[in-house]
Amino acid sequence: MGTRILIAEDEPYILESLSFLLTREGHAVESVMDGAAIMQAIRLHRPDLLILDVMLPTTNGFDALRKIRATDDVRHLPVLALTAKGQKADRQRMLDLGADDFVTKPFSNKDLVARVARLLNGAPLEDGGQVAG
Amino acid sequence: MLTSTIVFVVAGLYLGGLFLLAFVTDRKAERGTANFINSPVVYTLSLAVYCTSWTFYGAVGSAARNGLEYLTIYLGPTLVLIGWWFLLRKLVRISKAQRITSIADFISARYGKSAWLSALVTLIALIGVTPYIALQLKAVAASFDALVATDELLPGLVRDRSLFHDTGLWVAACMAVFVILFGSRNLVADERHPGVVSAIAFESIVKLFSLGAIALFAVYGLHDGVADLFAQAEWHAGVKRLYGFADGFEPRWIALTFLSAAAIMCLPRQFQVTVLENHNEHQLATAAWLFPLYMFLVSIFVIPIAISGMTKLPETANPDLYVLHLPLDAGYGSLALLAFVGGLSAATSMVIVASIALSIMISNHLVTPVLLRLPFFTGPDRGDFSKVLLVVRRVSIVAILTLGFSYYHLTGTASPLASIGLISFVGVAQFLPALIGGIYWERGTKAGATTGLLGGFFLWVYTLMVPSLGGSGWAFMDLVRDGPLGIAFLRPAALFGTEGWDPIVHGLVWSMTANITLYALVSILTRQSPLERLQSAVFVDIFHRRRQRVEEALQRSATTDDLFQLSQRILGPERARRIFLDYGLLPGGRTGHLQTPGPDFVAHVERQIASSVGAASARSLVARIAKGEIISLDAVINILDETQEAIRYSRELERKSKELEETAAQLRRANAQLTRMDRLKDDFLSRVSHELRTPMTSICSFSEILAGEQVLDSQQTRRFVHIIQQESRRLTRLLDEILDLNRLESGRLEWDLRTVDAAQVVREAMETMRGLARNNAVALEDRMGARSLPVTADADRLKQVFINLLSNAIKFNSTDNPAAWVEIADAADGGLLEIRIRDNGPGIAPEDQARLFDKFARGWNTRSRRSDGAGLGLAISRQIMLNLGGDLTLASSSDKGSCFAVTLRRADADVPAVAE
Repeated sequence: MGTRILIAEDEPYILESLSFLLTREGHAVESVMDGAAIMQAIRLHRPDLLILDVMLPTTNGFDALRKIRATDDVRHLPVLALTAKGQKADRQRMLDLGADDFVTKPFSNKDLVARVARLLNGAPLEDGGQVAG
Repeated sequence: MLTSTIVFVVAGLYLGGLFLLAFVTDRKAERGTANFINSPVVYTLSLAVYCTSWTFYGAVGSAARNGLEYLTIYLGPTLVLIGWWFLLRKLVRISKAQRITSIADFISARYGKSAWLSALVTLIALIGVTPYIALQLKAVAASFDALVATDELLPGLVRDRSLFHDTGLWVAACMAVFVILFGSRNLVADERHPGVVSAIAFESIVKLFSLGAIALFAVYGLHDGVADLFAQAEWHAGVKRLYGFADGFEPRWIALTFLSAAAIMCLPRQFQVTVLENHNEHQLATAAWLFPLYMFLVSIFVIPIAISGMTKLPETANPDLYVLHLPLDAGYGSLALLAFVGGLSAATSMVIVASIALSIMISNHLVTPVLLRLPFFTGPDRGDFSKVLLVVRRVSIVAILTLGFSYYHLTGTASPLASIGLISFVGVAQFLPALIGGIYWERGTKAGATTGLLGGFFLWVYTLMVPSLGGSGWAFMDLVRDGPLGIAFLRPAALFGTEGWDPIVHGLVWSMTANITLYALVSILTRQSPLERLQSAVFVDIFHRRRQRVEEALQRSATTDDLFQLSQRILGPERARRIFLDYGLLPGGRTGHLQTPGPDFVAHVERQIASSVGAASARSLVARIAKGEIISLDAVINILDETQEAIRYSRELERKSKELEETAAQLRRANAQLTRMDRLKDDFLSRVSHELRTPMTSICSFSEILAGEQVLDSQQTRRFVHIIQQESRRLTRLLDEILDLNRLESGRLEWDLRTVDAAQVVREAMETMRGLARNNAVALEDRMGARSLPVTADADRLKQVFINLLSNAIKFNSTDNPAAWVEIADAADGGLLEIRIRDNGPGIAPEDQARLFDKFARGWNTRSRRSDGAGLGLAISRQIMLNLGGDLTLASSSDKGSCFAVTLRRADADVPAVAE
């Protein structure tokens, strides 16, 4: 029984690399390319983790995260923020809004995978399942 | 009983004491140790020379005859000192700056240093003041006679009227000696007379003291205090007058107040003590309250004396001598002697100061101008003129007193003291319009002042002097009774049918009306000479104008030797030497290398000479040796129009500050622009960084996957390598675009400009886009027709623009039957052509349209993002079109499609394309 990870990222190639990496780690990966579709996708897929890019069309990462943290049934969803390197203000803002961790682009695959694993281990899952990374 | 010997001895001792006081003060002043003379109290007491024997004896008489009217004589000066002290201050300031020697000098200096005007003022003053001096002689003589002949209480003292038995003669002679000793010791008129001032101040104390003593005697000696005084007075008919005012009091009250106010400024002796003897302007501040207080005390003392005189003395007693008769009648000889000394003080102080002032005026304005015209005095090396001046001044003193005595002797005792004084007051009041107008009205001219003075003076003589003389049965009796040539309408005492007016009011109204009207009217109708213009500006603007600037208007030069000789002759060798030494011009050198003194020094010397002989004579003297004294009206206007200059200057300032404000606004705008550009740059960099990071992230990630230990299948490997290639190309494209844009914006791009067919360029671009269109199933149409469109352009750049527009039209068209086409529109301007690239796509969101041509304008919120562009395409395209002298705009956009318009200047039009 794998864990489900939702990726919100509008750059197709970055999304492709993330999907490949996380699938290979044994996770079930779903994705959205538009910020406005995130809430719907969470309800649909009940992910264990959300990887959220800051720069998304329609609804940006900040607004999406704010909405998640303000909505009762998804409030505790672990969120890994994807921010651009050098945009420290963006990173801090995401953390303030309730992101659990962040990864800067360009990222190291190993680092990304490790952070995902740590988040999934540390975070209580809704169905009570505990998955080793 | 007092004998004439006792009275003589006391008077002699008193006057001797006064002289000693003056002498010591002068000596101290020379050594610089007479500081008390600069005290405001001494100054104020010296102003009390205003209170003459007219006050001492006459005020009591006036109170007994006309009630409270005598108060007006004190009211006028009080009003001036309290309310108009700024006017006195201005007189003082001007007089010091101009080294004024008398009121005649003042008026003459103001109106262009006119010798004629100063002579006229001197004459009027002499004629006006002579009766006044006569009045003092009369008072002293009458009081002396009263004292030694106590049985004689009748007015018009019966005595031997032969010349040498007239007490007045001896009084006049004594005073002449006294004044000569006092007043002409020092030649320089503008240098103050500390000795005289101290004596006058002392006499003022004596006056007040003795009048106060008599008043106390009246209250406590003759009555049992104030209550008793008024109780006993109640039954007396004459006293009632004291509680009220004489008939027709209103015009007279106003006239007398006005007269006394004028007198405190215009009487030569008051001008002397108030203005010329002033040490500093602070003295005026004290005098402004202390002098009114002095006069208030005098007015108070008058009342008990007048009441007692009316109640205790026989009806026949002369009210003018109540002051003496009260103690005499009661047998208090020594008190009467004190009263006599008080009256003597009042008389001598007036005579001394008036004679000094008048003698300065006569010698400076009547005699000196004549002497300086005589060949004897005009030649060079004629010796020390200052000695001549001294003689002239002494002779003048004798002449003045002789004149006063003659008037007194000839007119006898016809008029009471007060009315003689009032006639004098009206005479000197004629100076008022020229004086006040001179310091407040720049347009007052010499002609105006002269005609005003002449007119006023003539009417004064006609309406006051003539009836006064006629009334005394001495002359003009027919004229006074019937009018000139029998014309009753012009009778002196009832001019123009003004029957029944009070004589003083009558005389004052007509003389002042004529004076003021003529002064104003003639001044308006005549023009000032340049020198007048100069002087009027100096006088009116004394508090604001720098003297130096004004003197620069008088561009003249004189040799040091000439100037020194002149100074020596007029001022005496010692003073002349001092003046030249002060200026570092040590004269007398035969070596001839003395520097030529500048106009400022010439002006300085002229002022010094003016302090001895008056402004008019000084000017004519200096003019004789000065060269090049041309006062052009232009120069004067230039110098004097400081006000205009000030206005110009302030306008300039205003303009400058407006400019500054504009500059500041520009700077603010520029700053805002910079800030905005800075933000744009930050924004741009942030966008560039993001656009670079995105492919970099993919490349890094996939490289790491490929380099990893885990084995990938070949399809995956190919896919990932392909992505890396794609993203590397994207990076390259992005860098190219950024560099392109940078070159375009900085104008460093090289342009290959030639005449090309724009339609052909479009067709080539369409060919390039065919493949993409086919891939996206977009129908690409050429609707331009067969026209050729010659333009001057860089074909490659232009093609780049069309490719960019076409690729956008193809790639972002998400409709079911996507199409893009190119057409030609008629441009409004015949020199331009417009090519339109249209599509039937979903259109550009209204919120994105405004920033469409901005760098990285691609909206984050739309699905218009694409993987192969950085959002610089439209920005670059537009920049290219602008550089080609055309434009690129979004002509329209809706959900039915978008239309981009490319405008170009036709090559067959005259204006060439602009390319940098």
